[in-house]
Amino acid sequence: MADSGSKALQAKEKAEVSTPAEQTRPGLVFTPAVDIFETDKEITLLADMPGVKAGDLDIDLHDNVLTLNAEVQAPEGDGELDVIREYRTGKYYRQFTLSQVIDQAKIMAELKDGVLRLRLPKVEAAQPRKIAVNTA
Amino acid sequence: MLLRRRTGWPAWGWRSPFEELERMRREMDWLSSGLSRGLFVEPSAGVYPLMNVTEDGDNYSVRAELPGLKADELDISVTGDTLSISGERKLAAEDEKAQYHRREREAGTFSRIVRLPGQIDTGKVEARCADGVLTVILPKAESAKPKQIAIKAS
Repeated sequence: MADSGSKALQAKEKAEVSTPAEQTRPGLVFTPAVDIFETDKEITLLADMPGVKAGDLDIDLHDNVLTLNAEVQAPEGDGELDVIREYRTGKYYRQFTLSQVIDQAKIMAELKDGVLRLRLPKVEAAQPRKIAVNTA
Repeated sequence: MLLRRRTGWPAWGWRSPFEELERMRREMDWLSSGLSRGLFVEPSAGVYPLMNVTEDGDNYSVRAELPGLKADELDISVTGDTLSISGERKLAAEDEKAQYHRREREAGTFSRIVRLPGQIDTGKVEARCADGVLTVILPKAESAKPKQIAIKAS
């Protein structure tokens, strides 16, 4: 189901979001692009968050609401002047409501090359189970 | 005389009766697209990946956000004053039985050339790829660095 075609990638500007609550520090906030898919056993979320290190990412799940919050340091040094600026950097923030019941103890998060892979295993009872019918 | 100053029409020659309407239509299109894109519109080549170029006294730095790409999947080359970056972004193949709720990330090839404002020293270019951000440091050629000129008081 994944595209591996050789079509050319289109540039997309980063989507800015206005968070419902005001931040304590002013700055831009962006919505990261995500892929969400589920299998029988778990829900997986992949988020593009370039420039985020593992220590700056905060993942919160309570009341079936999943919140992704990541700080990004401005990569430019002090003495650098802009020649061309096509994108801006800022925090990432996105919230999802999960309909399934998740086994919180087994959540796994991996952040590699700016892509977050979050695996949310479903609680055993929520996994569909086939019940074999025994013929007597 | 007054007509020319106010509207910028050439006082003679009016190539077609629709020329003025055409100009107005173009300006309206530009205005309405500006309104829908937000108040701060960055000039963009519209080509992936979007890049930022900065300079300080000794180097140019080019940064691009390329999440999911590792150093060996990128192809970077430089000439006297241009930098070219190309590669392919692939998305990991997931389970066949997976049901997608959202698909916002895209995969595909990209290739882009950026021209820098001055000449660079092609032998000393460094590139780093960390956390999905590519940073290329291009030292300026000696001839392109600013030089202080002493002023003699005569």
